[in-house]
Amino acid sequence: MEVLRVASTYLRLNVLGELQYRVNFFVQLLQSVIAVATGLVALALVFRFTDDLKGWSPAELLVVMGVHVLVGGILQSMVQPNMQRLIEDVHEGTLDYVLTKPADAQALVSVRELRLWRAVDVLVGGVVVAWAAANLGHAVGGARALLFVAALALGALTLYSLWLILTASVFWIIRSGDLLELFMGVYQAGRWPVGIYPGWLRGILTFLIPVAFAVTLPAQVVARRLTPEALGVALVVTALALVAARLVFFAGLRRYAGASA
Amino acid sequence: MSALRDIYLTSIRVSWLSQLQYRVGLAIWIVGLAIEPVVYLVVWTTVADAQGGSVGGFTRGAFAAYYIVWIVVRVMNIALTPWAFEERVQRGALSPMLLRPIHPFHVDLADFIAMKLVSLLILVPVIGVLVVLFDPSFQGGALDVALFAVATWTGFLMRFILVWALGLVTFWIVRIGAIFDLYFAVELLLSGRIVPIDLLPPWARTAAALLPFRWSFGFPIELALGRLDGVDAAIGFGMQAFWAAVGTGALVLLWRRGVRRYSAVGA
Repeated sequence: MEVLRVASTYLRLNVLGELQYRVNFFVQLLQSVIAVATGLVALALVFRFTDDLKGWSPAELLVVMGVHVLVGGILQSMVQPNMQRLIEDVHEGTLDYVLTKPADAQALVSVRELRLWRAVDVLVGGVVVAWAAANLGHAVGGARALLFVAALALGALTLYSLWLILTASVFWIIRSGDLLELFMGVYQAGRWPVGIYPGWLRGILTFLIPVAFAVTLPAQVVARRLTPEALGVALVVTALALVAARLVFFAGLRRYAGASA
Repeated sequence: MSALRDIYLTSIRVSWLSQLQYRVGLAIWIVGLAIEPVVYLVVWTTVADAQGGSVGGFTRGAFAAYYIVWIVVRVMNIALTPWAFEERVQRGALSPMLLRPIHPFHVDLADFIAMKLVSLLILVPVIGVLVVLFDPSFQGGALDVALFAVATWTGFLMRFILVWALGLVTFWIVRIGAIFDLYFAVELLLSGRIVPIDLLPPWARTAAALLPFRWSFGFPIELALGRLDGVDAAIGFGMQAFWAAVGTGALVLLWRRGVRRYSAVGA
């Protein structure tokens, strides 16, 4: 519970820091709206020619897009800034300050930064999901909404683990910023349901970079396309990803030489 | 003039050597870049299949060819982003550049040319893999390919000038990210990047013909695929020249006025 206390302290500090720059909220809102509008136009272009994409209706695809924006907001506000700072700290040797603190190193490097205004995407994505859900033709009840949040949490944890593994590569190879670019590139593929991709590509997306669990799965919950087995698989994958991330991170730490080395 | 040429040649050589140092990074980055067109390709192939094999004159093979050539054009289109320029101005990194007796524009341009040369080398295997995977059908002849090669470079030059000039707005407005976003969102939709221009509704096609975006992106691809005749090609190069001239005018004007407003850290 020590970890939770540390995390909430960092959270409070970061929120206070960000609240000093309130205009950024509107700047970010404008940017999010532009991005969502672009996505809507892309969807509209596809649906000029067909009203069914491998069995997904326009409203269902809109759910996928909303979840993609929402999860993107979580990544950009909570995960990306921490990983960025971890890379800088390893480069400059300032990770020493984390390691000398009497708390779990992985927890510390994961909660230090928060870009509050980036989380606007979580709101914007949520609005898109809600709007799309209202157009699905079936009511989305409270139980389903809870299941949706659970699926989102699983997806976010999986992506966090994966991102930590990629970032930890900085302990072995110095420039790992490019790997993160690759990750964001693959994440873009999550804008569309994983099912439309050919088999070999789906394999990469689902198992190497589990975008499917993070974006398509929660969308399937809302669209009532989910099989119970899929949720079970997601649970196992998330657990495995978390364990793998921890192992890789500490293996990397053992290679870390510090500022004076 | 010959002094400027020497500067370009030397800058390109220096940048080339430093880019080569980071070839693994560049390679990873280009693989990441290849994901975007593959996504569009999959979506449009799915639509084409649902429509009985083709959409708006594009068959499966034509889409594959379009989005494979897309990658070359995408890499060639990369220019100094206005965000990078914004950071330069905010952090005062522009100051040392101003001390040199050469316009920073030339330094940047030479840098990006060298980066293209290294990237194009790395692109070759990526394209090979995609050709095997997606089985594209290329219709263009030797002349089309030659024109394509020229149009990617002239298109790059046009876009580089425009985007560099856009970055100069930072001299006046500091928090400008949202405006850049808008510019690039319009570019995304009207350049042929998400979808070939021919698949846009008529009014959007008209807008695309007037704006610069299509002429650096969709235009070279369409040339390579042999979809344009001589007149279309001439119009395309003409529009590139027109927008390059507009951009140069804006750049010179904004630079002259903006650089006087610039006060770096400690100045």
